[in-house]
Amino acid sequence: MRSGIVAAAFAGLTIVTANAQSLQERVPMCLACHGEQGTSQNENTPSLGAQTAPYSLIQLYLFREKQRAAEPMNEMTKGLSDDDLRTLSDLIAKLPPPQPVVGTLDNARVAAAQALVQQHRCNFCHAPNLAGQENVPRIAGQREDYLVKTMREYKSNTRHGYDASMAEVLQPVTDAQIVELAYYIARLK
Amino acid sequence: MTPTYTARRALLLAGTIGGLLLAAGPLAAQTPPASEPASPPAAQAPADPAPAAPPAAQAPAPTPPPAAAQAPAPTPPPAAAQVPAPAPSQSMAPSAGPAAAQTAPPAPPAAAAQAPALPPGSPLIGRPNNESAMKLAPIAPPPIPAAADKLPVNKFKVPKGFKVEVYASGVANARSMREGDKGTVFVGSRLIDKVHAIVEKDGKRQVKVLYSGLYRPNGLAFKDGTLYIAELSQISKVEKIEDNLDSPPKPTVIYNDLPKDEAHGWKFLAIGPDNKLYFEVGQPCNNCMPSDKHGQIRRINPDGSGAEVYARGVRHSVGFDFHPVSKELYFTDNGRDWASEDVPEDELNRVTKVGEHFGSPYCYQGDFPDPEFGWGKSCSEFTPPVAKMGPHSASLGMRFYTGKMFPNEYRGGIFVARHGSWNRTVKFGGDVVYVTLNKDGTVKSVKPFMTGFLEDNKYIARPADVLVLKDGSLLVSDDYNGAIYRVSYGNGRTASR
Repeated sequence: MRSGIVAAAFAGLTIVTANAQSLQERVPMCLACHGEQGTSQNENTPSLGAQTAPYSLIQLYLFREKQRAAEPMNEMTKGLSDDDLRTLSDLIAKLPPPQPVVGTLDNARVAAAQALVQQHRCNFCHAPNLAGQENVPRIAGQREDYLVKTMREYKSNTRHGYDASMAEVLQPVTDAQIVELAYYIARLK
Repeated sequence: MTPTYTARRALLLAGTIGGLLLAAGPLAAQTPPASEPASPPAAQAPADPAPAAPPAAQAPAPTPPPAAAQAPAPTPPPAAAQVPAPAPSQSMAPSAGPAAAQTAPPAPPAAAAQAPALPPGSPLIGRPNNESAMKLAPIAPPPIPAAADKLPVNKFKVPKGFKVEVYASGVANARSMREGDKGTVFVGSRLIDKVHAIVEKDGKRQVKVLYSGLYRPNGLAFKDGTLYIAELSQISKVEKIEDNLDSPPKPTVIYNDLPKDEAHGWKFLAIGPDNKLYFEVGQPCNNCMPSDKHGQIRRINPDGSGAEVYARGVRHSVGFDFHPVSKELYFTDNGRDWASEDVPEDELNRVTKVGEHFGSPYCYQGDFPDPEFGWGKSCSEFTPPVAKMGPHSASLGMRFYTGKMFPNEYRGGIFVARHGSWNRTVKFGGDVVYVTLNKDGTVKSVKPFMTGFLEDNKYIARPADVLVLKDGSLLVSDDYNGAIYRVSYGNGRTASR
């Protein structure tokens, strides 16, 4: 079995850090919550699949520095070196894109949400297919509950982003529109 | 989590991780993840029922950093331990797998034609969607500063007789700068939580973290031994700071009657000839009608009392300084985005009376009535800028040159750091300009002084603030690389390392 071979190869890798848990010891816990194939099954826990490396690096940095207060992420990143963060970000970028929500689509909701995406230019910063670019994250196929939670937190200034772009962007977006956007974006491949 | 791990599961995960780590390494080119056979979507999320009215978001009370709560040992939720078997999908699709693709919603349309009609009067009507415009996004620098040997100091161009060198590296997200009476250079930041102090000891320069855990400490001012720090929604002070650089006391908050909006919330701080502290409160949006607490420059006494609105109609100023002779306040202002590539330009303004209104959001750059808010108003009602500073150039930190090192043509004018545009297909700015003034305080010319921050329409560095040191040289902060450069003239003493 393939994983047997790579497991043996993996056993040969040693990443030594000065902390209680090395990077390689922590990664299984990351994947346990966030999903092994890039898709999270857990409420309000984001899918990480195919996330842009610069964005992941920024968020991991914010967690490590406790600029973004969100357990268990602050604990999970404690003591990781800058290089560990880069390694993790690159690893995350290689996870498969998240599986979007499946099911019959409400076409009226989709059309209305597409208009919102146009109007608020989500598809500019996040790229036309919402797969993200550079420091702007992939959002296509993200968990619907996480999208709603995140947009609300940005709008209410509760979540302090790295820069303030999302707070600015969401200023004219209503809560009802946030719900509609999340519906659509969670179903995008 | 650990007790529920079986050895077999640990091996499976280890294999996955090993595979991923290998893929991240030299094998990446040969084994792109896409070529791996897709495992059956065992983890396929069941279709959400139409989202019921979501429960009101339980917004956690904002915790002032660095409130490090006693974090429990991380335990992933038990549900994660069970990888769901390929259960029959709860989705309403006729079958899982390829058929699901039929119900995937189409990607956001590239052509405006497919979008439903925009509301009347919407500024978005007629706006083309074309490929180059559709990649525009604010640019955030990496959080970790660039290594000293990676700094593009050799790419910068300055006029003949001037020289640029690295003053300090490893100053993450270096932004506003101030010099203390004893020569300490204080540096604020916008995206991280630190204030740095740069000191010279035995001829060597050291970068220290002075404070950590602050909230966007972009604004700094220094007077009579006291350092003032402007975070997003509070202003603090620390007395006798240069005597206590190794263990600085906790800053004392002197003023916090400030909105908490993230958007344009970070502050610039300056002390006027009247000894008052000046700072701005930016508009909490790209373009909106601000409250009477936003879109302004305020001033307060050094003890935090006597708050007064000094200038209004200011969208977001992140740099200001006082004319050494007339004592008038000059400030840069960032114009709105998404109106057009070229209009409105950013501004350099001059305040001649308390409460003066500079136009935002009704009128930008003195002669551009805003398409959304300008109706029923005239630009003639507001004070126009003394100079237009270029489209989306992000003119930020500025200082009047009061030193004696630079030649005569640089006396009495203003150095302005133009951070550089993001909302423009061909980037504009990304340089330091010198503004020459007429005797009456109006602007004679705006000329590039330090360029080379842009290469092939990409930033290799971005200037955020300038500072005239006591020796007459000019410091330029680069928040993109986390570094500070020093520009000197002629035989100006070489900055020692």
